[in-house]
Amino acid sequence: MSMPFYVSPEQVMADKAEFARKGISRGKSIVAIEHQNGILMMAENSTTLSKLGEIYDRIAFAGVGKFSEFDQLRKVGVRFADTTGYQFSREDVRGRALANAFSQVMGEVFTREIKPLEIEIIVAEVGDDRYDDHKKNLLYRVKYDGFISDHPGYCVIGGNVEDVEAVLKNDYNDGMPAGEAASLARRALNAGAEHSSELDAKSLEVCLLDRNLTGRKFCRLSTEEVQGMLNA
Amino acid sequence: MNQGLLDFSVGGTVPLQGKYQGSSFFELLQLEQPHLLPDLSGWSESATDKVPHGTTVLAMRFRDGVLVAGDRLATAGHSVASRDVVKVFETDPYSVMAISGAAGPCIEMAHILSVELEHYEKIEGESLGLEGKANKLSQMIRANLPAAMQGLAVVPLFAGYDTRRKTGRLWKFDITGGRYEELEFDATGSGGLYARESLKHSWDQQLGRDDAVRASVSALTAAADEDRATGGVDLERGIYPVIKICTVDGQTDASEEEIAACYRNILEARAAGGNL
Repeated sequence: MSMPFYVSPEQVMADKAEFARKGISRGKSIVAIEHQNGILMMAENSTTLSKLGEIYDRIAFAGVGKFSEFDQLRKVGVRFADTTGYQFSREDVRGRALANAFSQVMGEVFTREIKPLEIEIIVAEVGDDRYDDHKKNLLYRVKYDGFISDHPGYCVIGGNVEDVEAVLKNDYNDGMPAGEAASLARRALNAGAEHSSELDAKSLEVCLLDRNLTGRKFCRLSTEEVQGMLNA
Repeated sequence: MNQGLLDFSVGGTVPLQGKYQGSSFFELLQLEQPHLLPDLSGWSESATDKVPHGTTVLAMRFRDGVLVAGDRLATAGHSVASRDVVKVFETDPYSVMAISGAAGPCIEMAHILSVELEHYEKIEGESLGLEGKANKLSQMIRANLPAAMQGLAVVPLFAGYDTRRKTGRLWKFDITGGRYEELEFDATGSGGLYARESLKHSWDQQLGRDDAVRASVSALTAAADEDRATGGVDLERGIYPVIKICTVDGQTDASEEEIAACYRNILEARAAGGNL
């Protein structure tokens, strides 16, 4: 009988983490940033395959890494949110519960499967002024191993995170107007981009969670709207 | 929270694969959470008079789109169950569903349909076409057939603005899920016959928005006049029919003031001896 080689658990985890990190850092960055009226999410993405999506009334999703994996996770999130909202009420669908559920799934895959998920995600929830305990905006980041953290103000995933974050750390202010937040997000993405030319509206995917909208707060901006926002 | 939904096959070849992979919320519930769907198969016909029934709703095409209206009364047998029930629902920004029949399952069906349309849009990244929405509703009515055979029929009207064909469209349904597109107008429920009679005289494809609202208030008033179970306009209590209008710009409601003004005109004409 042949004996399998012994590999220490530390080594297995380290190898998996290394594998996942490599996949994720190859991609481009996504920025989520709070502003006066809610949250803005911006991704460098000129394809029709969206990296940003709507989950529920006040909740949006962003993913980097392998498209098929994070898009699948997004759909699982929509099913989860719609079922919860149908069963209870629309106000009972909360970002924290959803982010926790994502963290569980990603953690399970990381420990049990040979190949971990090569993705990182953001779950963003815009505040609702009607409820005392819902007023704050929330930004959660979940990593490939299920590690979850919350990030007041702004949050970056994918690509060259340090460089992008450095710009945001310097220039972010609470309660910025949406247009300023958009310009800052673009500047931050530029800092992390490999090429030196400035990102134009066509190569950006931008979504807003606008707390002033009634009902569903999520909206996707067209190229013209992005251009208008950056010019403002 | 519902952990069951996030199940994925651990150890399987493709992670994150739940049982249901499609884009329909109704099918998702059927497959993974069947206990959340209404199951009325044990219903006894003798109890039908004990649950509230919605009465008259109507829909009509007009120049700019489509209009859907419903009175506010619900009856249980010969009693009033509610004076201010809502029977016209927005199912998405371009479509409306109006219900008559057993109120409970009808309202639930409108609720599921609105979640269904939103769910599809979020999963697929684009909305269903208007015809697709009507078709979806007809499948849901078909699934309700066992209950319908025992007296809990759901017979809605579905209408909306077709953004591809650039016109308002409307459908009526039967209890087997049969779907029939109407080119002019239709009305269902206990006072539906009288509402249709009224619309036959006032309807025209070229009606503008205000004239269409006026015609619908007249039709509901005529139905309330002839059918005791239809509410019409209740000026004393301030209860007005719900009138929703879908055009290229999406959906709007006729205001209570506007409906009250239409109704007062009818009352004045009546007082002056008109045959209204």
